[in-house]
Amino acid sequence: MAEQMTGAEMVIRALTDNGVEHIFGYPGGAALPIYDAMFQQDKIQHILVRHEQGATHMAEGYARSTGKCGVVLVTSGPGATNAVTGLTDALMDSIPLVCITAQVPTNLIGSDAFQECDTVGITRSCTKYNYLVKRIEDLPRVLHEAFLIATTGRPGPVVIDIPKDVQFALGNYYQPDVETLRHQSYRPQMDGDLGAIEAAVDMMLRAERPVFYTGGGVINAGPEASEALRELAELTGFPVTSTLMGLGAFPASNPQWLGMLGMHGTYEANLAMHDCDVMINIGARFDDRITGRIDAFSPGSRKIHVDIDPSSINKVVPVDIPIIGDCARVLREMVRVYRSKSNQPRTEAIAPWWEQIDEWRAVNSLGYKNSTTTIKPQYAIERLYEASKAQGKDVYITTEVGQHQMWAAQHFHFDQPNRWMTSGGLGTMGYGLPAAVGVQVAHPDALVIDIAGEASVQMTMQEISTAVQYRLPVKIFILNNERMGMVRQWQDLLHGSRYAHSYSESLPDFVKLAEAYGAKGVRCDNPAELDAAIAEMLDYDGPVLFDVVVEKDENCLPMIPSGKPHNEIILPDTANIGSIIDEKGRQLV
Amino acid sequence: MNAHLQPTGSAYFLTTETQAAERHTLTVLVDNEPGVLARVVGLFSARGYNIDSLTVSETEHDKHRSRITIVTMATPKVLAQIKLQLERLVPVHKVHDLTAEGESLERELALLKVAGKGENRVETLRLADAFRAQVVDASTESFVFEITGKPAKIDQFITLMAPLGLVEVVRTGLAAITRGPEGM
Ligand SMILES: Cc1cc2nc3c(=O)[nH]c(=O)nc-3n(C[C@H](O)[C@H](O)[C@H](O)COP(=O)(O)OP(=O)(O)OC[C@H]3O[C@@H](n4cnc5c(N)ncnc54)[C@H](O)[C@@H]3O)c2cc1C
Ligand SMILES: Cc1ncc(C[n+]2csc(CCOP(=O)(O)OP(=O)(O)O)c2C)c(N)n1
Repeated sequence: MAEQMTGAEMVIRALTDNGVEHIFGYPGGAALPIYDAMFQQDKIQHILVRHEQGATHMAEGYARSTGKCGVVLVTSGPGATNAVTGLTDALMDSIPLVCITAQVPTNLIGSDAFQECDTVGITRSCTKYNYLVKRIEDLPRVLHEAFLIATTGRPGPVVIDIPKDVQFALGNYYQPDVETLRHQSYRPQMDGDLGAIEAAVDMMLRAERPVFYTGGGVINAGPEASEALRELAELTGFPVTSTLMGLGAFPASNPQWLGMLGMHGTYEANLAMHDCDVMINIGARFDDRITGRIDAFSPGSRKIHVDIDPSSINKVVPVDIPIIGDCARVLREMVRVYRSKSNQPRTEAIAPWWEQIDEWRAVNSLGYKNSTTTIKPQYAIERLYEASKAQGKDVYITTEVGQHQMWAAQHFHFDQPNRWMTSGGLGTMGYGLPAAVGVQVAHPDALVIDIAGEASVQMTMQEISTAVQYRLPVKIFILNNERMGMVRQWQDLLHGSRYAHSYSESLPDFVKLAEAYGAKGVRCDNPAELDAAIAEMLDYDGPVLFDVVVEKDENCLPMIPSGKPHNEIILPDTANIGSIIDEKGRQLV
Repeated sequence: MNAHLQPTGSAYFLTTETQAAERHTLTVLVDNEPGVLARVVGLFSARGYNIDSLTVSETEHDKHRSRITIVTMATPKVLAQIKLQLERLVPVHKVHDLTAEGESLERELALLKVAGKGENRVETLRLADAFRAQVVDASTESFVFEITGKPAKIDQFITLMAPLGLVEVVRTGLAAITRGPEGM
């Protein structure tokens, strides 16, 4: 049934028909008809951001914490270009977004009109797909297809560029069914090949040193995938590790959990990867933060790789059994096939492997030397974890990028998927604060904390104003080391401790800053007072900026220096990385 | 353990390519829509793949589908990635590596303008005849030849024409199709 309406009304209608309840945006000349249509309805709530990059990260946080599609609305020209970082971030981390960008009227396209930019050209390589809609007849189909493409297969951002005259034009709105959509070529493969799944299970049944290497794909595949993973892990008794992006898919409180792997992963997770005989990769993409030196990556193992994107297979590491399909479906099939072949975990066969793993665990690679005079960043996160657990609320953590992000991954523990939002692939400083705002919009009653660094948080600081406006009680937990700590650490490691521009000068007084925004500010520099200060933050019903003054030169360890195999990890106790490299560095000067 | 620690000088590991590059002809069936060529070509440039030859035209008007023929130089590993990355693009229907799938027919068309007088004109016509090139335009001082064939044959013809007054060349790029009854 077709209904006549304007293009702007179609936008609102199609969003509603796709179950959208919140949209993050910022108005401007070319977007005004859509804003006008928005003004005249109350099904969709619009969150007014302070910068379009903020809108994209909010939509990412919203999407990652709900499993739904995040929606962004921006104006032409600078509105669209400001959204580019967030779109790229979403592409790298496989986050479903639909971003509507307004465009100058069709008759002005190409004339260097006011606030014109080639949005589809600029965003072609940072979206999964993008559209310029020049005819009103195409708009309903494009709007619906955009949601399908963003949310299915390997999720990602989709841009719809809508010229102002198309927003004003009258046309017939209809809801196309999937089969009539334009791109018959787009048909992601959901079910894994049964033969490959059987072969994988047979390989698992013969494994003596197996490990599950899980990733963001398990989160993408929804809570059913996490459930199936837990079932398969229990069924097999195999150890489980995960990438940064997959944290929470497997409970950190489970004894089979090895912690995160990779550059800043645990000793046990990395050595298990290095020494395993069967590696079962579920929805991870052999990122370079994981593999280290490719020719030394897990040299003795046979590898199973489950991924929905065929181009992820053999991209970096060649595998023995590729299984293309959705993690949830493949895991469920694996559970079924495993059950049909055996009802015993391989407890006895892999007992020596677990003994070995326990020896590695005993190294306590996440250990650190605490202090009674300065707050150690790891300690701050541990205390935050304990205090937020005690709140009995659903807890969601977002992060910025740097050392604090890695410490959060190491010391905050997740038992559920979709509770951990971080910028992994692009590593976008400034992601965490807006992402927290997006999460809080989706989960008004939850405890949402951005674990931040003082450098990162200043990149999108202004979104605290959004939090205040919409009464979103996000907590910004700044581990303030007055350094771009991660950069400083690399300069110690690689550049003879020549700290080129890696310190935070002229920092604002974060307490006053919070107050200026109408939020609450808290500051603490004494380990003995930390718990009380955290309680003060958690008890406040509103946004809080907490300036935690921490040790300035703490290194984030363990660390596998890039270009090194997993078994050349730097451990906390032995590593005074500054002095090791300093001498070499001095010779280089 | 930490005795091995050496500054690597890079945030990334560097590997050297061990496989040799091969020349392959890919054929890509796409929806003929605005920007589709930019998507395909952009994928090559963004990921650092080479394009040696590119031919595009709508081949199924009723379905608005175009066929793109691309000649690329890459190692087998990179070729496999190129194919998968192309297949990942939303408007791409099929990608075939014709070189990998066996012997295929490859043809290219070129137009050559040759200017000259006297002896050279006779020699030019003699060679054109040997290469089965057609004269499609003639003046008292010039010819335009049309030649079709495998790229190597066209290369050879161009080389021979160069000293005889070759003024300019235009080539269509490669069109390729498999032998036998099977379609794409
Ligand atoms: C400072 C810094 C340090 C870092 N250090 C580390 C580190 O120590 N350890 C670490 O792990 N990471 C680290 N990262 C993150 C790293 O850069 C990568 O982002 C991350 O490792 C990639 O995670 P992933 O392999 O799970 O892939 P993702 O990027 O999450 O990709 C998911 C994969 O699953 C597939 N997929 C998607 N949906 C599905 C589905 N439904 N079914 C099946 N498959 C699906 C996709 O095709 C893709 O291949 C760091 C990042 C930063 C910024
Ligand atoms: C937008 C952006 N610019 C630059 C970088 C490079 N970078 C990575 S970590 C980092 C320092 C982060 O400092 P801070 O937020 O204080 O965190 P810390 O490492 O001190 O915990 C920088 C500059 C980045 N990841 N993102």
